[in-house]
Amino acid sequence: MNKTLRTFLRRPAGIVGLTLLGLVCLVAVLAPLLYPASPWDIAGMPFARPGEDGMVFGSDTLGRDIAAGVVHGARVSLIIGVTSTIAALAIGVTLGAVAGFAGGMTDRVIVRITEIFQTIPNFVLAILLVAILTPTLSTIIFSIGLVSWPPLARLTRSQVQSVAQREFVQAARCQGQSAASVLVRHVLPNAISPIIVTGSLTVAAAILIEAALSFMGLGDPNHMSWGYMIGAGRTVIRQAWWMSVFPGLAILLTVVAINLVGEALNDALNPRISRS
Amino acid sequence: MNRREFSKLLLATGTTGVAAQTGLFGDMVAYAQNGEGGLTAIIQPEPPLLVVALNQQIPVGIIGGKLYESLLSYDFDLSPRPQLAKSWTVSEDGLTYTFELVDNAKWHDGTPFTAADVVFSCDVMLKEVHPRARANFDRCESITAEGDHTVVFKLKEPFAPFLLAFETSSAPIMPKHLYEGTDYRNNPANDTPVGTGPFKLAEWVRGSHIRLEANADYYHEGEPGLTEIFYRVVPDGASRSVAMETGEAQLSQFSDIETFDVQRLADMPHLDLTTKGYEFFSPVLWYEPNLRREPFNDVRFRKAMRLLLDPNFIVERIMFGLAQPATGPIASTTKFYDANVTTYEQDVEKANALLDEMGLAKDADGKRITIHHLVVPFGEMWTRLAEYFRQAMSAGGIEVVLDSTDPGGFAETVSNWDYDTTCNMLYQFGDPALGVARSYISSNIRKGVMFTNTQGYENAEVDTLFAEAAVQTSEEARQERYSKAQQILCDELPVLWMTEQKFATLYDNRIADLIVTATGVNANFAKAHYVK
Repeated sequence: MNKTLRTFLRRPAGIVGLTLLGLVCLVAVLAPLLYPASPWDIAGMPFARPGEDGMVFGSDTLGRDIAAGVVHGARVSLIIGVTSTIAALAIGVTLGAVAGFAGGMTDRVIVRITEIFQTIPNFVLAILLVAILTPTLSTIIFSIGLVSWPPLARLTRSQVQSVAQREFVQAARCQGQSAASVLVRHVLPNAISPIIVTGSLTVAAAILIEAALSFMGLGDPNHMSWGYMIGAGRTVIRQAWWMSVFPGLAILLTVVAINLVGEALNDALNPRISRS
Repeated sequence: MNRREFSKLLLATGTTGVAAQTGLFGDMVAYAQNGEGGLTAIIQPEPPLLVVALNQQIPVGIIGGKLYESLLSYDFDLSPRPQLAKSWTVSEDGLTYTFELVDNAKWHDGTPFTAADVVFSCDVMLKEVHPRARANFDRCESITAEGDHTVVFKLKEPFAPFLLAFETSSAPIMPKHLYEGTDYRNNPANDTPVGTGPFKLAEWVRGSHIRLEANADYYHEGEPGLTEIFYRVVPDGASRSVAMETGEAQLSQFSDIETFDVQRLADMPHLDLTTKGYEFFSPVLWYEPNLRREPFNDVRFRKAMRLLLDPNFIVERIMFGLAQPATGPIASTTKFYDANVTTYEQDVEKANALLDEMGLAKDADGKRITIHHLVVPFGEMWTRLAEYFRQAMSAGGIEVVLDSTDPGGFAETVSNWDYDTTCNMLYQFGDPALGVARSYISSNIRKGVMFTNTQGYENAEVDTLFAEAAVQTSEEARQERYSKAQQILCDELPVLWMTEQKFATLYDNRIADLIVTATGVNANFAKAHYVK
């Protein structure tokens, strides 16, 4: 583990990514302290430029503080990114592990189901699900989770398949451990690193899907999110660039940070790179 | 984006002849510019058809209003003016309306227009296909032609706003020779509209444009003043602004231009802005509580909500000045408006006192109650209204949860009364009996039907006042009843009136006499012409 950490920290991408991500998380955590009032509150005059009327990032068409929106939006984006990834991991890893470990008919059925999901463009499916279920935080998380699991399932399946052939797994089986125990205690822990890497990138993808949904007006209307801010500011972009630029930068920064971390993690968890 | 649609620029409009430029993609639709000139206007969304009798949506009314006509048009003060009827008389008892028709009008296919067309339209066809016309003409005992150019409407009982029933989109006169005895909705003539209007349909390229050309046989000498009207479909708001800015289009109406962009365009040297020409519609916008549910059934709660709201905020920050605060159910731009009613200034303290009095105590977070608000799914403006509502209510400790929906779901939810609060805007059609009473009389509580008394307001006295006012013939007697009704309504707040909407018509200032009636851009544009 020490080696892993060292490799990670030797990568400039890892350092930069971690710093940025740490910053975003810090902002999200401190949001209620930085901007105690609701980001929906009308804080000043509308169309205030950045720096005007005491608002660093300016205000939107109703006079709401963009900075407050960006800060509170970080919470929403991170919550949705992380929880929907957990949901996707739960579905994907379970199905993938079962398929890879059981093989045979079970494997074939699960792979077919996965393929059905993969043939539907996931953003279109997400729009459909959110529109049918009416947009709230939980239905958005559910929908993003539901469209994000197939790659994870396929990855897990192939990892499990290859690990399951190793000697130590055979040994555990010979000792008479139950299949479930072998899978959970011996196979999965040795198959998990690439899943963690893909999972971290899934967080970034989930944040982007949420932003796109909110941009289209399918976000939870009770939570300020970056995508919503861009969608609302888009119509006035010629008069007031700051309404869409700052939340846009926030999305860019977060997604880049997560990708950098994911990449460094990939290197760190890869024994061949890590030990060199 | 509609680069392709706008690839053709309209250049000169002086007295010097034809100018058309073909753009990048070069589909060759040249449009003529002669002495009087043609007009390129924006239409959005594209209408499904142009037969106003069958469909009364805004874009249908705008284009159909150039093709079809009715007996009357209306001044900005809503007083009737001649159109297909050159004069009219109303009997002393208010029961008999006699119209003298113009005698030289022809349908676009050359057939002469006669009184038989009017009788067929009002007595037969419109009653079947046009809900609003049906409500008006069902009040008639008989509709008869006397000779070729006189029509007599006999009413069962007086109906004061009857003269307002002859606006084009309310009662378009249809050609009897093409429609009689046919299946109106599937008549092939619907694709090639034949009206009496100053413009004829020349070409319709779906998804691109609708071109109307001047009707050379129009019954007024020297009209129309424009050679053609080119309606271009431009689905994207930003593209519409650009089209007006560059002069590619010379007319935009209703909500074509986003409210925040209107002033910028109005300041351009080649464009003029008017908010006139919507008097007939005069929409009033309100927040609507569902009176069947607690706590909205308590007038104190409604008053508290009203006191938390500030219509001026909506006017300035959401409508960008294209509205004015409303004081009650009847728009100040129409007849029978009475300003002498209970008014409500924003007063958070008073609102909180009312809520305390109701026993709705604040919890540790300062929250009294949680209510839901159904967001109207028709665009930015409505989303902002919902967001403002939530923020305004929070000052009184009322937490508002916003619910999103799609247009179909919205109509279904509201008309089936399955909401806490929502927002709505209704046209007034020039007279309280036509456009106001429907939202407050208990006989119009109709489950499943949109634009009725959806909030479920019941007050026998208000019912009586509206019923009496509709059949009174003297203006004073009507005013007296409408004033009383307005006072009661403003005390009881069945809905929370916020603003009287204005719409912006932006047009090229070389065109004169474009907006000359209370139906503005929906009128026939016969008099519009270029002056420079």
